[in-house]
Amino acid sequence: MREFDLVIVGGGPAGMAAAVSAREHGLENIVILERDSELGGILNQCIHNGFGLHTFKEELTGPEYAERYAVKVREMGIPCETDTMVLDISKDRIVTILSRGRGVEEIKARSVILAMGCRERPRGALNIPGFRPQGVYTAGTAQKLVNCEGHVVGKEVVILGSGDIGLIMARRMTLEGAHVAAVAELMPYSSGLKRNIVQCLDDYDIPLLLSHTVVDIKGKEKLEGVVIAEVDSKNSPIAGTEQFYPCDTLLLSCGLIPENELSRNCGIDIDPRTNGPLVDEGLETSIDGVFACGNVLHVHDLVDYVSEEAARAGESAASFVKRGCTADDTPAIKVTALNGVRYTVPAEIHPDDLLTDVHIRFRVTGVFKDCAIVIKAGDTELLRRKSRILVPSEMLDIIIKKEKLCGITEDITAAIEEV
Amino acid sequence: MYDVVIIGGGVTGCAAAAELAKYQLRVCLVEKESDVCEGTSKANSAIVHAGFDAEPDTLKAKLNVRGNDMIANLSKKLDFAFKNNGAMVLCFDEAQLPELELLKEKGWKNGVPGLEILTGEQAREKEPRLSPDVKYALYAPTSGIVCPFEMTLAFAENAFENGVEFRLDTMVTGIEKSAEGYIVRTDKGELETKAVFNCAGVYADKINDMAGGRHFGITPRKGEYMLMDKDAGGTVSHTIFQLPTKMGKGVLVTPTVHGNLLVGPTAENIDDKENTATTATGLAEVKAKSALSVEGLPFNKVITSFTGLRAVGDTHDFIIEESLPCFFNAAGIESPGLTSAPAIAEMLRELLSAKMNLSPKKDHKDTRKGVVHFAELTHEEQNALIREQPAYGSIVCRCETITEGEILDALNRPLGATTLDGVKRRTRAGMGRCQAGFCSPKTILLLSEKLGCSIGDIRKNGRKAVQEDA
Amino acid sequence: MTRILTCINCPMGCELTVEVENGQAVSVSGNTCKRGEIYAQSEIAAPTRTVTTTVISAEGRPVPVKTAQPIPKDMIFECTAAIKVAEVHLPVKVGQVLIDDLLGTGSQVTATKSVDR
Repeated sequence: MREFDLVIVGGGPAGMAAAVSAREHGLENIVILERDSELGGILNQCIHNGFGLHTFKEELTGPEYAERYAVKVREMGIPCETDTMVLDISKDRIVTILSRGRGVEEIKARSVILAMGCRERPRGALNIPGFRPQGVYTAGTAQKLVNCEGHVVGKEVVILGSGDIGLIMARRMTLEGAHVAAVAELMPYSSGLKRNIVQCLDDYDIPLLLSHTVVDIKGKEKLEGVVIAEVDSKNSPIAGTEQFYPCDTLLLSCGLIPENELSRNCGIDIDPRTNGPLVDEGLETSIDGVFACGNVLHVHDLVDYVSEEAARAGESAASFVKRGCTADDTPAIKVTALNGVRYTVPAEIHPDDLLTDVHIRFRVTGVFKDCAIVIKAGDTELLRRKSRILVPSEMLDIIIKKEKLCGITEDITAAIEEV
Repeated sequence: MYDVVIIGGGVTGCAAAAELAKYQLRVCLVEKESDVCEGTSKANSAIVHAGFDAEPDTLKAKLNVRGNDMIANLSKKLDFAFKNNGAMVLCFDEAQLPELELLKEKGWKNGVPGLEILTGEQAREKEPRLSPDVKYALYAPTSGIVCPFEMTLAFAENAFENGVEFRLDTMVTGIEKSAEGYIVRTDKGELETKAVFNCAGVYADKINDMAGGRHFGITPRKGEYMLMDKDAGGTVSHTIFQLPTKMGKGVLVTPTVHGNLLVGPTAENIDDKENTATTATGLAEVKAKSALSVEGLPFNKVITSFTGLRAVGDTHDFIIEESLPCFFNAAGIESPGLTSAPAIAEMLRELLSAKMNLSPKKDHKDTRKGVVHFAELTHEEQNALIREQPAYGSIVCRCETITEGEILDALNRPLGATTLDGVKRRTRAGMGRCQAGFCSPKTILLLSEKLGCSIGDIRKNGRKAVQEDA
Repeated sequence: MTRILTCINCPMGCELTVEVENGQAVSVSGNTCKRGEIYAQSEIAAPTRTVTTTVISAEGRPVPVKTAQPIPKDMIFECTAAIKVAEVHLPVKVGQVLIDDLLGTGSQVTATKSVDR
């Protein structure tokens, strides 16, 4: 059986950054397992720009960002096995993999980093009534078809959901000669980045219909149109507001779901709020030596944050292997999401065993104006940061100094307070 | 000149084709869609009913019990998924106990073995997630679940391998009496035949009218369903019914044979034979009614919803008859039509044998091998397969662990898939939680390579996938 | 005249309040960095955008590309059309110049991904 110090599941931005960091922290015997035929993951289909401002201090497209890391991985001589699917991970870190060349193979991992990314919420999960014709795609599937296969999926387009992929695809389809009639968003606010609304919708006069949703899909074999209605404060369609939009394509950008089937089968505890593993500050899951980072842990809006998080996972895995693959048995304190905070990553911290400053990442539950993010240990305030506006579409990243946490025994809370 | 033209490639038509293929007959099956299993057969509860619910002495009762008896064996011979999981019919009110007893009595008359009335407690012992409001349940151990796509495809492929001709994408436009039998007109030309089987589902009344048989009507009865993720598949192990109403067997909760959880259907009579749209009210009704049976159904795990149309005949029984000389109807095949299909096929063959001499084919093959499901093999078997065909070493559909090898098999086998949905029904690629988000680009590529067309011409479903090779 | 803009330089999307006189931004507020001010000035005087799209190579595979510099916003469609018909042969390296001066904008068009045959 082949043995590795670190097996990284997924060669997208998270997996690559984790590999680079683990090598930088002294791990030699690493392998990246990638199901696609090349490294880069979803970045390969994100041909738009806007990536890398934090990491590389310049604006790159998705494939360029991916290639920078792929080059690093190659230069460091980190082995990658592409066209390789991980079928199973056991509690004792035996990883079952599948490839054409090697067939089904079990390999032994001293540590594992989960970096499988996420998938899109499909039409079925949205319970949109109507027919099930050709022409309904998730935005990412359409993106792959247009950008990687050179196949334009339609001429007259409606988009449901204002997630970033949906906004990006509104512009992309327009540039490919399609007409995007509208983007409908169930919530009273967009779930995408503001700049994407400006440069993907406003630039092309594409209307964003907030508090609207698709209530019917017409066309038995091929999509003929959709009915859009306004919704009330409980997200129920308001009778009489229905409007028919003829279209041949409906793109769905209604949320991303971390892809944790391998993690669940391995017995890793999953946070129902993020659909990702519960982790500590070193991004270690409930199974010793198994770490998670990137969109499999929680959905990010910026790849730069994914890379940074993945680097921490790589460092933690290196440290785990170097200390002889033993569990961190120093006491842990909990991190709890309170008022206005939907979840936190991590969910627990080992204050006496910190490698670096601690990042607490989270999303808010709604739109908050003139407020403060408050992090406390028991009643002691560790951090207070004022903000003019907080929105659920933006993942927040709070850094707490290592020194501030040392010796703390009381649980930590994160909350939004009015000012 | 054909001996028999079968109109309709649903489970009834395909089962009839497989049955006739045992004899020295020239048989042709005509289907208006580009694949078999495109109508009622693909959108139903997928239950192999025990048979307690049909009125005694009806065709439904007889053929249901006979079909139930046949399917386990057929599933082995023709290689389709079947599981005998047992069923329960729930009642929520002490006062309904007599109705449950009546159902048991009916079942006894129909010849259904093993029926038993359980108290609410006994029922919950077998099925812990049942609602505490359940007072009694009728337990039917012979009820089962089946994959309706695989079952229909298994009949079709077996028929094809035994010489039945399939004309897909071919719509019947008229039927005329001729000296030797009938001329079946289609949008692709005329077919001369000695006999006709009308297995046209919701259109069986139209086909019967074309031939001029004694008139009957078929009303499409809409049934909406929700399918949940495999995560939720273990919620119940039995098929859970509520006491039936005159509109059908009510809303059920059942595991599927592939481990998902299925809830539905509604029952609404409509006019439009093509209206397979789901509705907000229908889906809400499914939610509300199924929640009565089972506690804590995880509706956040719904991965898709769909509508099927039952072909309800106005005689309230299956219409299986020789309507005109050598023109046979198998109409009004609503529930328990899937269960009854092999028995209906037998009955049609018996009716035909009164009209023509049926001599058995010597080289008839009574087995059929389905698509090999890679994920169900041992590692040794998997590796042997990959050595032979490396395409089994590539996963295309992550959610259901379906390999490229399986997809190529679905494309290349007899009556191979020509649409995305065709691939899905044969392999389950795209049937999982991401609903083809990840695998459809690759499946489209494989389809376009196989069919020699551009990826823009690949269809999800429906008529005429692409220009076929001449 | 006052105009409200959303800065598109980075994901923060700062809301910029811009005082405009004679088609020029005379003051910018609401920005949190220097780039916000530069953006506002250019957006008022002559808005530009970086365009990303694909070119189908002679071999049939799409190659993702971008304008190496931002181009005038009102030329997006003609620029995209001009990029579409560029002749590209594989292999292509990331950063490879595919069009030297796009419709006189002075911007190059470069491949954003290495694509093999």
